[in-house]
Amino acid sequence: MSNEIAILGAGMHPWGKWGHNFVEYGVAAAREALADAGVPWRDIRFVSGGATVRCGYPGYVAGATFAQALGWQGAEVNTSYAACASGSQALAAARNKIISGECDVALVVGADTTPKGFLAPAKGYRPEDPDWVRFYLGITNPTYFALYARRRMDLYGDTLADFAAVKVKNSKIGAHNPRARYKKVFSAEDVAASAMVADPLRLMDICATSDGGAALIVSSLDYARKIGRGDAPRVAAISTVTPTFASGVVEMPDIATDSAAAAGVEAIAYRSQIPVKAYEEAGIGPEDVDLAEVYDLSTALELDWIEDLMLAPRGEAAALLRAGDTAVGGRIPVNASGGLACFGEAVPAQALAQVCELTWQLRGEAGDRQVEGAKVGITANQGLFGHGSSVIIKR
Amino acid sequence: MSAKPHAPAIDGWHTMAAEPHLIGTRCEGCGTYFFPRQTHYCKNPNCDSTEFEDVELSRTGTLWSYTNACYKPPEPFVASDPFEPYAIAAVELDKEKMVVLGQVATGIGVEDLRVGMPMELVLEPLHETDEDIKVTWKWQPLAD
Ligand SMILES: [Zn+2]
Repeated sequence: MSNEIAILGAGMHPWGKWGHNFVEYGVAAAREALADAGVPWRDIRFVSGGATVRCGYPGYVAGATFAQALGWQGAEVNTSYAACASGSQALAAARNKIISGECDVALVVGADTTPKGFLAPAKGYRPEDPDWVRFYLGITNPTYFALYARRRMDLYGDTLADFAAVKVKNSKIGAHNPRARYKKVFSAEDVAASAMVADPLRLMDICATSDGGAALIVSSLDYARKIGRGDAPRVAAISTVTPTFASGVVEMPDIATDSAAAAGVEAIAYRSQIPVKAYEEAGIGPEDVDLAEVYDLSTALELDWIEDLMLAPRGEAAALLRAGDTAVGGRIPVNASGGLACFGEAVPAQALAQVCELTWQLRGEAGDRQVEGAKVGITANQGLFGHGSSVIIKR
Repeated sequence: MSAKPHAPAIDGWHTMAAEPHLIGTRCEGCGTYFFPRQTHYCKNPNCDSTEFEDVELSRTGTLWSYTNACYKPPEPFVASDPFEPYAIAAVELDKEKMVVLGQVATGIGVEDLRVGMPMELVLEPLHETDEDIKVTWKWQPLAD
């Protein structure tokens, strides 16, 4: 018996810096997804929300907050916190409920509001808090992205022009996405003229944080057939695996990696492990993938992800980019939505936004961004504290 | 720089010797190293030891990657005025099989660095308080 569930509806509140309460974005996304699915709100028996945490304060209990805003109707709720993978975990919770037969149709929703100012840790002398340690020593978020980017340059020969080309590609396609925050097309010169933040990354190589909301209506295949939507895109796999000790790549907010000195232990890069389970679960390989939505917190990171998803051999993602293979119209389009470069990150909504894009693409409804004949799409993201996910959608 | 005494910015994370070492722990069950010090549980899934010994980590390693900070970080970082950009290194320790981050010694920029270079640990001021000069570990290319 397959683990597949149907995606009946997708919805998003446009990303931006609107300054409203996150509940508004989630409700707007949920209403759009419900309308898209043609499912009445009262038929939803499970509401699964991605949670947000700001300065130790968990926003609201997200699942219940959205259920209340849409009007309490007695559905069961769930809230998932998994940093950037929160949306995928919320989706996985809905899938479990559906596969177990406890519910036919569920709402999965995530939304966020841009935090004000720097996400600085609490004050005092607190060496037990890795965030306090790294900020005290002068190590910020872009430091980590820049370390990965520089390694690509020194090991694989990637150039600043390659990183800029990722931004140019994503801005060009994102300009056609009505839900994207940034719709301006940037040139390589624009990127080169932006300020250096953490060498080799410039301001325009690094993604911003945004307001936004995304939602999905998912159901059993039986329910989908019953309402005449048996051909809807399906969730074929969800991977939310943890890293495997010893994690060999230094990750935010840590000051050091695991040690791989013990017998029988190897240093392993977490990012590359995330999609492995997704491919296995879906019973497909990278060669079957038509498009990918990856977490481009930086331009260079998009290239890392292409290799982690095994869409290119290690060190060869830039060659794919230079050949135009990762642009819409190319062999394996990456971030046809415009990616985080055009959206900015809205943490608990972002993993769901990736699935929304794949849903529209697989239905052939992506307009000027359409990847012709797309039948299989994969997402990938990674965030703090060993959270990451990869979702495969197929039709 | 004033004549104030030197004190570690973070207590007990490194020795104060002229050739300093980071202070970590080593699991007595499986030999895994930890920095910062870990003394309660071993993170190796094959090991449930709760016995750890303090160890001085290797003070040389190989440059895994590097970058710099062009903008002033937020607190608790204490910035010089005006802010002076500094380089940052991730250095792989061979024996411990781990990568440790740190600032790069003053006056060394990203143009002086290259993945794979041998690096060594030094101590330098991080900032000054009313009482003392807080020093921390930094990395610099290993002198020939
Ligand atoms: Zn151990």
